[in-house]
Amino acid sequence: VACGAGGGTSDVQWCFSQVKGAIDDDVAEADIISTVEFNHSGELLATGDKGGRVVIFQQEPESKNQPQCRGEYNVYSTFQSHEPEFDYLKSLEIEEKINKIRWLPQKNAAQFLLSTNDKTIKLWKISERDKRPEGYNLKEEDGRYRDLNTVTTLRVPVFRPMDLMVEASPRRVFANAHTYHVNSISVNSDCETYLSADDLRINLWNLEITDRSFNIVDIKPTNMEELTEVITAVEFHPNQCNTFVYSSSKGTIRLCDMRASALCDKHAKQFEEPEDPNNRSFFSEIISSISDVKFSHSGRYMMTRDYLSVKIWDLNMESRPVETYQVHEYLRSKLCSLYENDCIFDKFECCWNGNDSVVMTGSYNNFFRMFDRGYRQDVTLEASRENSKPRSVLKPRKVSTGGKRKKDEISVDSLDFNKKILHTAWHPLDNIIAVATTNNLYIFQEKLN
Amino acid sequence: MEVNVEARRILAVSISKLYASRTQRGGLRLHRSLLLSMVMRSARDIYHSSRETEGQTSEEPMETSSKEGCDSEITEDKENMSPTKQSRKRRGKASAAPDFLPSKRARLEPGEERYAAPMGSWRFDPPPTHIAHQGADLHQRSRDRGITGTMVQALRSI
Repeated sequence: VACGAGGGTSDVQWCFSQVKGAIDDDVAEADIISTVEFNHSGELLATGDKGGRVVIFQQEPESKNQPQCRGEYNVYSTFQSHEPEFDYLKSLEIEEKINKIRWLPQKNAAQFLLSTNDKTIKLWKISERDKRPEGYNLKEEDGRYRDLNTVTTLRVPVFRPMDLMVEASPRRVFANAHTYHVNSISVNSDCETYLSADDLRINLWNLEITDRSFNIVDIKPTNMEELTEVITAVEFHPNQCNTFVYSSSKGTIRLCDMRASALCDKHAKQFEEPEDPNNRSFFSEIISSISDVKFSHSGRYMMTRDYLSVKIWDLNMESRPVETYQVHEYLRSKLCSLYENDCIFDKFECCWNGNDSVVMTGSYNNFFRMFDRGYRQDVTLEASRENSKPRSVLKPRKVSTGGKRKKDEISVDSLDFNKKILHTAWHPLDNIIAVATTNNLYIFQEKLN
Repeated sequence: MEVNVEARRILAVSISKLYASRTQRGGLRLHRSLLLSMVMRSARDIYHSSRETEGQTSEEPMETSSKEGCDSEITEDKENMSPTKQSRKRRGKASAAPDFLPSKRARLEPGEERYAAPMGSWRFDPPPTHIAHQGADLHQRSRDRGITGTMVQALRSI
């Protein structure tokens, strides 16, 4: 029974902590959040948006005055990661939207992260500067060179403290390796290599080498007319540096071992659940497409998200998942409308808590769901400005599926499908979560007594 | 009838989505196009097979005796079917191109009908009563066969 940090939902009450972003209802497209990621210590929280910007928040150290509160997250660094580009050969614009951010484990004072748009991956170094040299012999303080006739003494510059400045600089640019749209990146536990995946291919990179990458998976058919599935996500195993998985639009996950051969077209394991014939519909294929795959921290399990459910797989069993959680089963009868309004194509992500006892994913109406694997409980919470009084406890929400709607329940037809939570992240060590609505980032914390 | 209307509506919606996706920023998304094409294929299969059933039902008195023969003949290529039988199925509403398809789609000239095989050969399945109960057959076909027609044109441009 897990308690304390990463405890089950039966122990934990969630409180509003902070919300970042504009209050306007009129959302600027560039401000739409497209990815959210904590770093390995949880001290830093990065977001990427459609405008190609990365914003990093840093947690303030816990204050002795308020031991009940974990530190707040404040803006640490903001930079433009990607700009829109134009592919002249294909007459196509390349969007600057940040599809994924992945942090590298910290090795020295600086922090490193990988950010990617549809075509190009970049390695960014984020470093602090809190001292600067002053007292140059030949230069004025503003940098202009002094008239040599006025220089009569010799002095050596010394470092003096200055206001903290956080600088982000691009250290590597990994370009021109993907014909199709990059959907995910994953850093290896060896901290030397990483994977990038597009619809049909997966490339292995060395973090130091930008002018070439090694293609290790290629599912492009010789005749594109025979295309039946695409790659939707890829992830390295958290501690086995030779193992990775990739998910497909057909609902399968393939595990590959890089020791077996240089090209990993043949999988070592294939995870697939046979489809329930009772649930057949026009849209069966769309809703079985996997939008996210995440290993547990332990490396024993992996979680997949498809349109209606979250599934937990034991790596030792390929035939079916060990656990299945319905996120919003009431949408199954609405698939046709969701197809018409494009919502059926939404790609929801999912995440584990620190000790793998709880999983979380988003839904519509700014609802997000948590599933406690141990207690077999689930809860629906809402990220909204109405519940944004500091430290106010979030009340569980309920969607009424039957004819009778109880008080405080919301009916399926009243759900706002424009308010979707696609990206969520869980602090690796504490019960702090980051939930992205369209253009706002909500931070919730466990209520501490 | 309802099935046919639903399939036709989904086909129309799908085609408009496919055309709209050509102009969106970032270019055609392969994943989305693939999913759209799968839905379109299912809808098209249902649409065509329900129209075939309509044609079948209206001519039943004349065809019941030869239905056994029909099955095996239809699995052969259509060129070997007698033109008169073929033209009976295709006259009237069935011969006009569906109005939701773009006007540039190739139309069947009267003399070319017997070479027409919109989806290759298929067995005569019992008429579908509801989209949800199509059974494995249609979906299995759509899973096995690749993308054809307008989708190929769209995807070749990638």
